[in-house]
Amino acid sequence: MKKAAFWIAALAVLGGLQLFVRDIVGAYNYQILVLVGINIILAVSLNLINGYTGQFSIGHAGFYAVGAYTCAGVVVYGQEAIRGATGFLPELGQNTVLLLVGLLCAAIAAGLAGLAVGIPSLRLRGDYLAIVTLGFGEIIRVLILNVEAVGGARGFSGIPQLSNFFWVYLGVVVTVVTVHNLVQSSYGRAFISIRDDEIAAEAMGVDTTRFKVLSFVVSSIFAGIAGGLFAHFTMYLHPNTFLFTTSFYLIIMIVVGGLGSIEGAITGAILVTVLLEVFREFGAFRLVNFAILLVLIMIYRPTGLLGSWTLVRAGRRPGRAA
Amino acid sequence: MAILDVKGCTKTFGGLVAVKDLNISLRQGALYGLIGPNGAGKTTIFNLITGVYTPDEGTITLAGHEIQGRKASAIARLGISRTFQNIRLFGSMTVLENVKVSQHMRKSQGLMDAILRTSRLREEEERIERDAMELLKIFHLDERAHDQARTLPYGSQRRLEIARALATEPKVLLLDEPAAGMNPQEAVELMHLIKRSRDDFGVTVLLVEHNMKVVMGVCETIQVVDYGETIALGAPREIQEDPRVIEAYLGGA
Ligand SMILES: Nc1ncnc2c1ncn2[C@@H]1O[C@H](COP(=O)(O)OP(=O)(O)O)[C@@H](O)[C@H]1O
Ligand SMILES: [Mg+2]
Repeated sequence: MKKAAFWIAALAVLGGLQLFVRDIVGAYNYQILVLVGINIILAVSLNLINGYTGQFSIGHAGFYAVGAYTCAGVVVYGQEAIRGATGFLPELGQNTVLLLVGLLCAAIAAGLAGLAVGIPSLRLRGDYLAIVTLGFGEIIRVLILNVEAVGGARGFSGIPQLSNFFWVYLGVVVTVVTVHNLVQSSYGRAFISIRDDEIAAEAMGVDTTRFKVLSFVVSSIFAGIAGGLFAHFTMYLHPNTFLFTTSFYLIIMIVVGGLGSIEGAITGAILVTVLLEVFREFGAFRLVNFAILLVLIMIYRPTGLLGSWTLVRAGRRPGRAA
Repeated sequence: MAILDVKGCTKTFGGLVAVKDLNISLRQGALYGLIGPNGAGKTTIFNLITGVYTPDEGTITLAGHEIQGRKASAIARLGISRTFQNIRLFGSMTVLENVKVSQHMRKSQGLMDAILRTSRLREEEERIERDAMELLKIFHLDERAHDQARTLPYGSQRRLEIARALATEPKVLLLDEPAAGMNPQEAVELMHLIKRSRDDFGVTVLLVEHNMKVVMGVCETIQVVDYGETIALGAPREIQEDPRVIEAYLGGA
C-alpha cells in the first residue's frame, strides 16, 4: 500500500525531527517554525473558499478562535475525566488522547459555526459572505471577552502544552493532502466552476449553494484544528490574537502566494509569517507594510507568486444569463 | 406526448413584457428552431426553461413533470442543458475539465472517497476522463484538451459549450446562437454537430439562431417570436414565405 507507506514515513520523519529540531534551530526559531505551520494550515484552508471557490471570506480568524477556545476549554475542563478514563496509558498516550479529543471538538465546533454562517450568507449571490464573516469574527471575539470560564478579557491561561512541531506539521500534512485530493476530484471541479462562472455552473447541474457551503465548512474545520494546535502550543489564549488583522494577514498570505494554488498558500504563509517577525519592531506599521506589499503584488504579479487565478482579472461575472 | 412543454408563459421585467403568453411544444427527438428579431425574448425563454428566471405565469413541463420555479441546477439534473449567447465557459479550467464538470452530476463521488482518494474514486476519474476525451474528439477539440478554455478561438469556444452541455447527458439541449461569430466553414461543421447531437446522443434540440442557413438547414420545425409572442410556426419553407415573418424581420429591424 503506497498510502500506508506515505503516512508511516510522514510520522517517522516528523517524529524524528521532533527529537532534534528545537536544539538545532534554537528556541526562538522553533517558535516561528511552529507558527509557520499553523499559518500554513490556516492559509491552505482559507484558500479553499477564497481561492478555489471564489467566495470572499474575511473572517477566518473567527473560526480559528472557535477552534482554539473549544479545544482549550474541552482539555482544561475535561482533562481530569479523560486522564481518569485513560489511566492505563503512559503519560504520552494520555496527552495524545487529550489533544485528539480536543482537536475533534474544535473541528466539530468550527465546522458547525461554518455551517451556521455559510448557509444564510452563501445562498445569496454577491458579497454577503464578506460582510457576515467579518461580523462573525467580531461577535466571537466579543463573546469570548465576556465568558469568564475561558478567562474573558484577562485571557485563558493554564492550558497544558500538548502540541508541538510534530503535531502541527502532521496537521499541515493532513490539511494539504485533504485539500489537494478534494480539489483534484469532482468536488474541486465544482468549486472552480463556481468561481469561474456561477450561472454556467448552475446550468451544468452544479448545486452552487451546496458546494459553496461545503467548501466553507471544510475550510472552517481546518481553521478550528489550527486553533486547537495553537492553543496547546502557546498555552495561553487572548481574544486579541483573533482580531480582524489576523484574518487580514491570512488573506495577504493567499493573495501573495497565489489564489487557487496550494503551493502558493504555503509560500505565502511562510513569507508573511517570517516578515511579520522581521517587522515586529514596527508595531502597528506592519499593517502598512503589508498593504503596500499587497498593492505591489496586485500591480506586478496579479496572479500572486504561484497562482493562476486573480481576483482582478477573473472577477465574478454576475449580470444577465445571456 | 411532448418532451418539453411551455404553456402560457409570461415574463415581465418592470414594465417590459419580454415573453407573453407563450407556448412551445417539443416532441421527443425534434430539431426545433426559435427565431425572431433581437430583443424578441428568445434568450429570456431559455432562461425561463432552464430556471434562471421563474415565469410570472404559465407552466413548463419536462417529460410530464412541472419544472418552473425549481433551481437551475435541479432542472439541469432533470435533463435540460444549454449554451449561452455570450459564451460562459469556465475560463481558468482546461478544455477537458470544462467537460468533466458536467459529468459530475451523473455520478456524484462520495466526499470521503474524494478526500481519501480511494481506488474507487480513481477508477471513476479514469472513466470520466475517457468519456470526456471521446466527446472532445467528436467536437474536434481533443488536441486542445489540456489548454485553458479561455485561450481557444471563438468558434472552438462555441463548440466546447455544446460539448460541455452534452456531457450532462440532457434530454433537451438549448442552443443560444451557436453560430454567432463563426465563419461559414465553421457554421457548416456546426450544422453537422447539431444533427449528430440528435442522431447519436438522442437529444431534442431547441435552436435559437440568426444565421438562416443554419436554421433552415438544421430545423424541421420553426417558431417565430416577436415582442415575446409567437407570430408564426411551421416548416422552414412555410416560414420563409410567411408575410408576418418577413414584416417582423424587414419592417421591425
Ligand atoms: N434581466 C433582465 N432585466 C431587464 N430586462 C431584460 C432582462 N433580460 C432581458 N430583458 C429584456 O427583455 C427583452 C428580451 O430580451 P432577450 O430575451 O435577450 O431577447 P433575444 O434573445 O430574443 O434577443 C429585451 O428587451 C431585453 O432588454
Ligand atoms: Mg438572445
